[in-house]
Amino acid sequence: MSTTDHLHVVTSDTITDSRRRMGRGLIWGSAAVLAGVALAQLGQTSGWWNLGFQTWRPTLYAYCLWATCLCWAQVIIRGEQGKRTLFVLPAALFVISLTVFPLLFGLVIAFSSWNLSSPTGRAFNGLDNLRQMWTDPFYWNAMGNMVWYTAAIIVEYAIAFGLALLLAGQIRARKFFRVAFLLPLMLSPVAVSWMIGKSMLEARFGPLARFARWVGWDNPSFFGSPEVAKITIMLMDAWTFIPFMMIMLLAGLQAIPKELTEASRVDGATGWKSFWEVTFPLMLPVSITAILIRIIFKLKLADIVINVTAGGPGGATDTVTSFIFREYRDRSNVGYGTMLAMVYLVIIVIVMTILMKLAARWAGPRT
Amino acid sequence: MTQTAIFKDSEADRSFRAKWFANRLVVYGVLIFWAIICLFPIYWTITTSFKMAPNVMKGNLIPWVDYDPAWLGWRSLGLSPDTIGNDSTVRDEFMKRFLNSTIVALSASTLAVILGSLAAYGLSRFSFRFGFMKNDDISFFFLSQLILPPVVLALPFLVLYKEMALLDTRIGLILLYTLTVLPIVIWIMRDQFAGIPTELEEAAMVDGLGVWGAFFTIILPIALPGMVAAFILSLVLTWNEYFFAALLTSTHANTLPVMVASQTGSQGISWWSMAALSTAAILPLIVIGVVLERFIIKGMAAGAVK
Repeated sequence: MSTTDHLHVVTSDTITDSRRRMGRGLIWGSAAVLAGVALAQLGQTSGWWNLGFQTWRPTLYAYCLWATCLCWAQVIIRGEQGKRTLFVLPAALFVISLTVFPLLFGLVIAFSSWNLSSPTGRAFNGLDNLRQMWTDPFYWNAMGNMVWYTAAIIVEYAIAFGLALLLAGQIRARKFFRVAFLLPLMLSPVAVSWMIGKSMLEARFGPLARFARWVGWDNPSFFGSPEVAKITIMLMDAWTFIPFMMIMLLAGLQAIPKELTEASRVDGATGWKSFWEVTFPLMLPVSITAILIRIIFKLKLADIVINVTAGGPGGATDTVTSFIFREYRDRSNVGYGTMLAMVYLVIIVIVMTILMKLAARWAGPRT
Repeated sequence: MTQTAIFKDSEADRSFRAKWFANRLVVYGVLIFWAIICLFPIYWTITTSFKMAPNVMKGNLIPWVDYDPAWLGWRSLGLSPDTIGNDSTVRDEFMKRFLNSTIVALSASTLAVILGSLAAYGLSRFSFRFGFMKNDDISFFFLSQLILPPVVLALPFLVLYKEMALLDTRIGLILLYTLTVLPIVIWIMRDQFAGIPTELEEAAMVDGLGVWGAFFTIILPIALPGMVAAFILSLVLTWNEYFFAALLTSTHANTLPVMVASQTGSQGISWWSMAALSTAAILPLIVIGVVLERFIIKGMAAGAVK
């Protein structure tokens, strides 16, 4: 992050005017091709002429050509400096073309009524989608669920921290435990939702249901009542993602200099006290990073919900993502779904910005 | 032993030992308890794929003791020893999905690691200025993609892909998956490159190498473990991805998670075949997890500690 260790190389390129012209020509020429193809296709979709295009692929190819020429021209025009730009430019172009364009396009969709299964096609409907969203109880219910799901991260964090402390301590078979604890993260959420949600929690034969009966829960049903269903989903999600936080925290623990803990021991701090006074404050930055990343992942939670409960019972386990997924799957309602997603994005960006600001203030150096 | 020991532990020492033992007991108790929590679902899935209906109903757990393993689940996939030679539509279907998953995951991870490493290297070594954006802003721009929830992109992509005839193709999935793992790769690789002293390139350039030459011959070999870590992490994420695959593919480019998910509804609870399918879907990653565990941990730890 520090700017002091940048590589500074002074080079003297002699770039002739003709070379510069050629580079410019390359960029603008390919841009003209792109514009031409796009215009031709636009003309066809608007019904001005028919050139026999089946899809928008030609525009895509023209765009790729333009992007390649842009990268190439950097070297031609700016020599050594251009070669450096070439490190970042492909990734930047890739990300911009795959997020910025769809996002802009998504904005257009969001303000229109568009049902893919209806023959009428897209039509602007202004703020209708927003109004519909405002009165959609299921959407706000899903939003409320997300708050609960996110709150569960505190518990996950505590468990992950405990496990990381155990793994960082002096134990035998450390590698075995580390691999075993890591494995849930490797499994696909879809497989997990079958393995645990559909089979182990199955009310009649599932081993966990059997266990629950043995413990004394007469009629175990893990997805019957809203509260229990929500907690079950939380537990399954926690099961997959606790290893993730655990490993980040473990790395943080191992980076703490041994001298510090030893010094605190010499000063007479014992286990619990040394944890709260020494380890925990030192771990604060890592903890905040881990929690923030975990929140980001939690906000994307959908696979398990879609596959195990499909949002039920009565939307109690719905996440925003799974709700929009069903909005599209069941009703092909692209316009409304996109509006919901856009609002979700705005809320996420606001919340994450506030959280990051708070975290920076909290974990920042204290005087 | 009735003799009294000459050197015996004092009262304080003995209480300390007792405490130490109690402490160990708790530590290992918790460790083993959590290991069981982590491993039991995997064990359950693998053993269930060898069970028959009555075994499932009775809740038998231990093969050969409780029940005799059978190939029922694997037979329904066409992967048991007696059906492996025969033609099987289910197996063809499965192999197709498996191949799709493999191709998509490998290509997306490769592409992400190439693009991401280059970008991370550039950002850690040179000062850029794209308009108002400086290095830190560009880094933030890349990393901020992590926040973007998949739903926001999903529906616009659905429509765009439909227009470009990329719907239900592997290349469409590859592009999207590359996008989703790119921030993570950049995050890991930026950390890797920051740990490599710039003197190395300076020396290489004095010897006459260009910027790219120095990158490929000097820096890349040093950063290789980090790249492997990033690659494996991307592989895990892309292999498991379900949301985009469910929306954007239908028949040709289905990946394995989509197949697993679609089976849960249609076949009721033929547990053994579902278990076999799940096992087949998770096995590659379990193998990767066990064999390459240190790379995964290295990759995830990279961003945590500055």
